[in-house]
Amino acid sequence: MFKAESNSIKSIINKNWQQIHDEQPADEAVKMLGSEALVRSLMAENVEIMFGYPGGAIMPTYDVLHQFQKEIKHVLVRHEQGAILAAQGYARASGRVGVCIATSGPGATNLITGIADAQIDSTPLVCITGQVHKDLLGTDAFQETDIIDISMPITKWNYKITEAREIPQVMARAFFIAKSGRPGPVLIDITKNAQMDFLEFSYKKCLHFNSYLPEPTPKEQSIKDAADLINAAQKPLVVFGQGVILGEAENEFKAFLEKSGIPAAATIMGLSAINNDHQNHVGMVGMHGNYAPNLLTNQCDLLIAIGMRFDDRVTGTLNTYAQQAKIIHLEIDNSEINKNVRVNVPVLGNVKYTLPQITDRIIEKTYPKWREEFSQLHKQEYDAVIKEDLTPSKQALTMSEVIDMINDLTQNDAIIVTDVGQHQMAACRYAKYSQTRSLITSGGLGTMGFCIPAAMGAKLAKPERTVIGIVGDGGVQMNIQELGTIMQTQIDVKIIILNNEFLGMVRQWQELYFDKRYASTEITSPNYQVLASAYNIASAKVSQREKLKHALQTMLETDGAYLLEVMVGQEDNVFPMISPGDSVSDMRLK
Amino acid sequence: MQHNINSTFDDTKKDYTMALFSRNRAGILNRITAVFSRIKLNIDSLNVSETETHGVYRYSVRVNTTEKLVRRITKQIEKQVDVLKAVYATDDLIVQQEVALYKIPSEVMIDDIQTEDIIRKHNAKILRIHREYTVIEKTGHKHETQALFDELQPYGILEFVRSGPISIGKINY
Ligand SMILES: Cc1ncc(C[n+]2csc(CCOP(=O)(O)OP(=O)(O)O)c2C)c(N)n1
Ligand SMILES: [Mg+2]
Repeated sequence: MFKAESNSIKSIINKNWQQIHDEQPADEAVKMLGSEALVRSLMAENVEIMFGYPGGAIMPTYDVLHQFQKEIKHVLVRHEQGAILAAQGYARASGRVGVCIATSGPGATNLITGIADAQIDSTPLVCITGQVHKDLLGTDAFQETDIIDISMPITKWNYKITEAREIPQVMARAFFIAKSGRPGPVLIDITKNAQMDFLEFSYKKCLHFNSYLPEPTPKEQSIKDAADLINAAQKPLVVFGQGVILGEAENEFKAFLEKSGIPAAATIMGLSAINNDHQNHVGMVGMHGNYAPNLLTNQCDLLIAIGMRFDDRVTGTLNTYAQQAKIIHLEIDNSEINKNVRVNVPVLGNVKYTLPQITDRIIEKTYPKWREEFSQLHKQEYDAVIKEDLTPSKQALTMSEVIDMINDLTQNDAIIVTDVGQHQMAACRYAKYSQTRSLITSGGLGTMGFCIPAAMGAKLAKPERTVIGIVGDGGVQMNIQELGTIMQTQIDVKIIILNNEFLGMVRQWQELYFDKRYASTEITSPNYQVLASAYNIASAKVSQREKLKHALQTMLETDGAYLLEVMVGQEDNVFPMISPGDSVSDMRLK
Repeated sequence: MQHNINSTFDDTKKDYTMALFSRNRAGILNRITAVFSRIKLNIDSLNVSETETHGVYRYSVRVNTTEKLVRRITKQIEKQVDVLKAVYATDDLIVQQEVALYKIPSEVMIDDIQTEDIIRKHNAKILRIHREYTVIEKTGHKHETQALFDELQPYGILEFVRSGPISIGKINY
């Protein structure tokens, strides 16, 4: 017998398979070109903006996009990696599907890093790539690249359209798959002939796709078991991830926290799901997270993991992770259950629906003594790290005080978009939020170059909000060409370069683990003010504490894009830290 | 409780047969095999055929690995959008069979009385006799098709192919 978990294999197959007959009627068919059908499919999915770069194999579609400029805004980027990272910023800020478009061959391969990033951070994207005429497939034609195979392990789904008539159904599936269940990137490769042939176009949204079960239903018993464990716990701890945000379950999560009284710590991807000043919030877990929740992970008697995936940067060594505790895991993706951490009670499903069922069954509680342990450890972290970070005794500016001042000046109301490195950790540790979807960072992949394009996308998604990019002097030079997009499209993003004249995070590891051998981590920068002015972007540079506030105020008050370079201490380190291979409870304060 | 999933299972490797059910779509095989190649796990044999449900394909995959990994990759395969269900089993829980074809020179059939005995003993079938070669078929477990191979080898095997096992669970599903 094959081990099928609950239902028998056959009934599962039959159940899924029959759904194929279960579709709604479409609009009346209209004859049109494939390229127009593609654009009309996007319109049917309410796409209002897309990011891309034209080229031979996608030109027929660009021709139609030109006709529909009023319906869909196309943002011309400077590199396809910029297009996909901007689409991610858009998706992460708005909760909608981000769309990007590129030509075949190099255009398509330039998307790859962004696809991998979206896959590991569960970002809903539809990526469209042109492809050579179907008769040329497999002939090494000009700009033919097998992007379907290249992107296969890093897409949630992908599909090569070779006939115009496939377009509406495949596009409908693409949007459904990208957004439903655990979201992710979908790539649609479309041959030139499919764009240039006619079809009878009619569109119906996809509501299910047989063989695909986006949201598993939780077992009644596991909800009960979870509630029983919670009711019996003396020292419970919640660790929440992006699942809360992706499930749009912020309110359900808050209700759960407020009734249960359980202290809650965020993973990097969970940040901003609740505001920092929420009474249950006890900071961030992980390598550079907060001292209290990391240490107390190994003291709690019940760990409730909500929409997170026990990444190694969160758990440290698994051998000593939360051994004393029972673990409940609320998760939408069955393949995450028992992947790294064996759990006592898995609760499968969208947390938006599972959390309220648990909340209903738990008793209202508070944990004053347990919370006291958090306060005490937090005080240790404050004395050893935070105080010096925010009110430095040294002359050089710290990254942390810059972030802290941004909090003050924006009343915690900006969307913060980071790059990758020390400045990212400073931002994640110190940035404050008053709304969900306010911290956008490359968590799982750690993609340098993320900040500028993602900030553009976030601003275009949320024009009414202040969007501030926090980027290092290394990362800013990785997608700096997008200043051209900011110029042309007039995107009002504020970019702060925290310049330590080093690839700081790598340098920190060299200092700590490689005897200070700074192999290729000293990096020089161009004159950013000259560069900004070449792009017609306002800019300033600041290196003195007295001038920081004024510089930030000027940046925030200036209409349009702004580039502010802040010189910070060259060899500052991010602490506290869990050294690689160490236990969460061995977190070091210095 | 030790929560480290790596300590939950021991490192002993076993033969596992996975049954994977998917829709029929170009590329789905690559999606499935990518889950194996990602962790550098060899597939020992692979067989694909349409199931009793039209449009649903069944993949029988044999791997030699640990229980921890077979569990993980089974879930990672099932997660693929085009896959309906993925399950795995150890050999004691399934009925398996495979087919092997042997091409030997016809002259040894004529000249050598031994070959006739061998074919009888193994309950093998002769599928085709040509002036130059004879094609023999044997179904059975791998050790059975291998035993025939070993006995025929001294007479000169021109070509040999084995289907790899296909399998069905012992309990109705
Ligand atoms: C594309 C890419 N290449 C390399 C790395 C490895 N890496 C991680 S952090 C870092 C240093 C970043 O330097 P900088 O942008 O100056 O930020 P800082 O750490 O100094 O704040 C590097 C090289 C990466 N994450 N992404
Ligand atoms: Mg730097």
